[in-house]
Amino acid sequence: MEAVTLLQWAFDAVLGFALLWLAWRALASPDLFLAIVLFIAFGLLMALAWVRLDAPDVALAEAAIGAGLTGALLLAALARLESNNETKAAHEKDHEPEVHD
Amino acid sequence: MKKTMNPKSMTESGKIRTPFRLLLMVLLSALAAGLGYAVSTLSSQSPGSGEWVAANLETSGVSNPVTAVLLNFRSYDTLLEMGVLLVALLGVWSLGGIPEQRESSPGPVLDTLSRLLVPVLILVAGYLLWVGAHAPGGAFQAGSVLGAAGVLLLLAGWRLDARFAGLPLRITLTTGLGVFVVVGAVLMLVGRRLLEYPPSFAGALILLIEAAATLSIGMTLAALFLGSRPEAGPDR
Repeated sequence: MEAVTLLQWAFDAVLGFALLWLAWRALASPDLFLAIVLFIAFGLLMALAWVRLDAPDVALAEAAIGAGLTGALLLAALARLESNNETKAAHEKDHEPEVHD
Repeated sequence: MKKTMNPKSMTESGKIRTPFRLLLMVLLSALAAGLGYAVSTLSSQSPGSGEWVAANLETSGVSNPVTAVLLNFRSYDTLLEMGVLLVALLGVWSLGGIPEQRESSPGPVLDTLSRLLVPVLILVAGYLLWVGAHAPGGAFQAGSVLGAAGVLLLLAGWRLDARFAGLPLRITLTTGLGVFVVVGAVLMLVGRRLLEYPPSFAGALILLIEAAATLSIGMTLAALFLGSRPEAGPDR
């Protein structure tokens, strides 16, 4: 029994520190793609933390919405941002001679 | 993935940000200390309203206390959450048309995977909706699984048929909030308070609201992923 409790404590401690570390990395990462991937990993570990806190309802919602759909939304937004920048750059190149005319 | 910022501007912005970073660290440390103090002073045996919920669970129509709180005792909060989701989508749509992502061919793996997974996801959503009455689950979880199915379909290149992109889509998006409001209004008309279900058919009412909410949440989340409003057909 003692060993099991100790193991649970160790697991919770690792989980807690991993969450803090992932949160910090996600906020501090200059690469947006990396930050989003870290955010998704954070959401999945957060769902695990909710399971450890005996809140399976919240864990389900966190895994499905926090990690899954928010991650997908963020990735879609990033793809749009980048394609927007590319088309804008292409537009400026195309239109420059016309402006000078 | 390449970094979009060039290194020079990054170091410059880094220099400008340093005092703000220090300020942020100080503020966050103060917040952490305050939260830590608040948690440490909490009495460890505060029952909250758990006992009250347990005592009134039989009148709620469901046996899962979380669903009972979300859709019966505090259903007004859930009604407002549905409203927030709808307003979020309206906000995204009002930003105007975002250019459609370039046509990407999904490839055989994604195509087959979506064909296999989408029926399973719909089944799982239905199960989560049904099981929410007496075990962890419920409308938001089911709706987000449905939304995930929609995202998968969108990634695989599927688009809503133009016939359904006008009024039918809008009706589906607003069903959740609509059913909620109608149930509340009808209950007020028959002399009860807003969303005060009669215990005899509270379970049926909760299932009705949750079913409508699941459909709306799924569609809303998939529509949020798509970003711009789908093109409606000419017969609109």
